[in-house]
Parts: sequence; structure tokens; C-alpha cells
Amino acid sequence: MSLIDAENVTVRLGGQTVLEAVDFRIARGEIVTVVGPNGSGKSTLIRTLVGALRPARGRVRRAPGLSIGYVPQRLHLDETMPVTVGRFLDLPDPQPPEAVAAVLARVGLPGLVGHSLRGLSGGQFQRVLLARALLRDPDILVLDEPTQSLDQPGTAEFYKLIEQVRAETGCAVLMVSHDLHVVMSASDRVICINGHVCCEGTPTVVSAAPEYRALFGPGTGGTMALYRHEHDHGHEHAHAHGPGDG
Amino acid sequence: MLDDFLLRAALAGVGLGLAAGPLGCFVVWRRMAYFGDATAHAAILGVALALALEISIFAGVLAVALAAAAVVAGLGGRAHSTDTLLGVVAHSTLALGLVAVSLLDGVRVDLLGYLFGDILAVGRADLAVIWGGAAAVLGLLAWRWRPLLTATLNADLAFASGIDPRRERMVLTLALALVVAVAIKVVGALLIASMLIIPAAAARSFARSPEGMAALAALFAAGAALAGLGASFHWDTPTGPTIVAVAAAGFAVALAAGRAIRQD
Repeated sequence: MSLIDAENVTVRLGGQTVLEAVDFRIARGEIVTVVGPNGSGKSTLIRTLVGALRPARGRVRRAPGLSIGYVPQRLHLDETMPVTVGRFLDLPDPQPPEAVAAVLARVGLPGLVGHSLRGLSGGQFQRVLLARALLRDPDILVLDEPTQSLDQPGTAEFYKLIEQVRAETGCAVLMVSHDLHVVMSASDRVICINGHVCCEGTPTVVSAAPEYRALFGPGTGGTMALYRHEHDHGHEHAHAHGPGDG
Repeated sequence: MLDDFLLRAALAGVGLGLAAGPLGCFVVWRRMAYFGDATAHAAILGVALALALEISIFAGVLAVALAAAAVVAGLGGRAHSTDTLLGVVAHSTLALGLVAVSLLDGVRVDLLGYLFGDILAVGRADLAVIWGGAAAVLGLLAWRWRPLLTATLNADLAFASGIDPRRERMVLTLALALVVAVAIKVVGALLIASMLIIPAAAARSFARSPEGMAALAALFAAGAALAGLGASFHWDTPTGPTIVAVAAAGFAVALAAGRAIRQD
């Protein structure tokens, strides 16, 4: 069965209908990217799928015992609570210290376990969020524009890391992005939303769809070309940047 | 040995401090200071209700504090901001309580005792209520500790981990009402929030972990209660306000010490 299955979901926020009659499902091991303009309800869809928002109509079913590794768009951390990286990874359930050390090394932050969370750079913090998501052997990684606060090299590094992780674990990936040129190729399916599902299919099908072109304008073709270009040379670029960047 | 009123007062202050310190950390982390204030001010209405119905003050205060919290939670997010609603609830319950007490026939009440506490008049039964309430608050916090921390860090992360932040919020509301009911005898309705916020704020300078901050805040609050009691006895000043004044002085010292440590 699907990992997450949403049927005819309508979500209202503050009296406004943000999503209307959306169907969505993601299977084990699938990579799905959600694209859409600002304010189109991308984050609302993600938050509904992970259970943070309750739909006004329709229903969301998650596979029993589903482990979700969620990386939110941005996490505002209050400085009032003293939390180290290790303690943050230890919530909500305690994790073996070896596993914590291993996952930190995996995301390129070895030895940071005793470091205070608020001393981290934006890039380091996104990696810590990813580490926390990976630590509980997720069936699905849910990433809501995870690179929004990162610069371009940091973004490339981050996506490369996701690709490696996904190759190793085979977990499903649900990603929201407007970095179309970086993301679309690896996806099995792309869903373009704008309050409702505009179009859906493989990256090439979606990029050619008239609904998609209407949303993203004539520049889309160029964006795709840019993506292809970056993909060809992605690895050479990526190695030039150390983990401390971003 | 509980015959000595000073000993009873000391035990009451320590009991309150041990519960208010850790709970106060959540009040500080979640920016609920005003919420704590509103719950505490509603206690006076609870006192009036308890006197009118001839039920225990503890039960009356607990019920009204919970009701005030429910009203704020239920009305929030509509036309008025939570901030505004808290202001309305905090002051109207306080005013209503004061009016209601004055209307009670045949009851002569020392209102000052409820507004500023009357720790020197704590009896054995009060002690039992204070320590029972404090134990209940600490028990609640210990039981929900990890979900509470997760929900406090980020609601969406909590949801994704299968934790419902709304339930954790209810746990905190209940704990807050309990502390208010316990503290009204010790520092009084007007000063309860200070016992939540000041110790936690003082502990922040030195803590490296949430647990450490909670433990430090508990120690600080209990210490302030004891030192305040001593100071009040020595200078013959009202005890509740003296405890809070001592805590505030401690906070100032902690702030300066924290700055000095960080500059090293």
C-alpha cells in the first residue's frame, strides 16, 4: 500500500481555502517533488500529510507505524531553551550515542554532538535537521524547501547529500521545491499545485504541460535547460565545497 | 516538629519553589508569561467562588484558573489576538473576584492575604495541599517531559513524530493551574507569575541543557523562598513580596555572572 494516501483533501486556514480537493499518494521508495508558485499551498499540503494540519474535508491515511523524517522549511529556535545538538537529536525518544555520532558524521558534521544549537550556521542547522530525520530510519523523508536559507553551493551540497542518503537507504522522498532545475530530474513524479493539482507526471511530462507553463511562464524552458546543464557537471562542482560552507 | 510556624512557612516556600522552577522554564521557553499572569489573577475569582460555595480555596482557585485558561485557548486566533484576550481575562477576573468577595455577606476576608500571600499562616493542612500539588506538577512534567520538550521546540516536528502539541499544551495548562492554586497562600495571586518566570530566567544564564535549567530554576526558587523568608523575618517586611524581591535580586546577580562567564 501507499506510505501516505490523501483523498480529496480540502484544507482551510483562517477561513480561507488553501487547498481544494487534492489527491495525493506516495509509494515506498518513490521520489515525488511538489512544485508551485509562492502561496500555492505547497507547505500546507506537506503539513497536512505529516499530520500537523487537519483537513476540513477528505482524509489522509498514513501506513501503520510509518516513520516520517521531516525537515521543515525553517525552524525558528528560541534562544531561551539551552539545547545541544546531541540533545536535539535525542528528542522525542532517546537514541544510542553511537547512532547519533554516526548520523552526524553522515551529514558531514562529525564531533558536533556537544555543540549548542544556536551556535550553528544555517547550513549546519539544516544538516542537523536532516540528521534528526535520518536517525529514526525513516520510511519517508519529507523535505519542505529545505535549502531556502542556503546559498547556492550549500544548496548543491545539501541535495547531493539527500541523493546519497536515498541511494543508501532506499527511503521514499517527498520534497517541496522551487529550485526546479536542481530537483526535477531525480523525481519519479512531479506534482504541480496551485491550490489544487494543476498537473502531475514525470518531470518531462510536467515541464511540457500547458498548465505548468501557464504558472511558471515562458522562462520554464530555460530553467530546464539550466538544470540539465547543472546535472551534467554537478559532481565536479560539488567537490569544490567543504562541509563548512553555507 | 511542624509546630513552628517558621518551619511550616519554609517548607511551604520550598515546596512551591521546587514545582514553580521547572514549570517556569516552560513558561519562559514558550513565552507564556502573560498566560501565567492571567491564570494567576483569575485565582481571586476562584477565592470568591470558594468562599461563596463553601468549598476549599484550593478547589475554587484550581477550577477558575482552568476555566480562564480554557476561555483564552478557546477564543484565541479570531478577531482579537491572544495577547489582548489575556489582558481582558487577567484583569476582569481579578476585578470580578474583588467585587464578588466584597458582596459576600457575613464573610470577613483578609483580601491582602490572597493578593500578596500569607505564608506565615500556613497550617499543616495547607502544607499537605502545597506539597501534594507540587508533587502532582512535578509528576506531570516528568511523565510528559520528552513530548513537552519536542512540542516546545517545534509543533510541526512534534506532529511528524506522532506527538500532539495541543495535548502537551493542555498538560502545561493543568500544571499551571495547579501551581497557581498552590502558590496563592505563599506569594499571593499578584506575584505568582514572578515565581515562575524569575527563577527560570536566572537559571538560563548557567544551564547547558533543558534538564539542567529546570533543576537550577527549582533550586533558585526554593533558595529565594528561604532567603526571602529570612529577610522578611529580619526586617519585618511582608513575606510574599520579600521573597519575590530576593528572587529579583538573585536574577540580577545571575545576569551579571552569566555575562562574565560568557566573556571568559
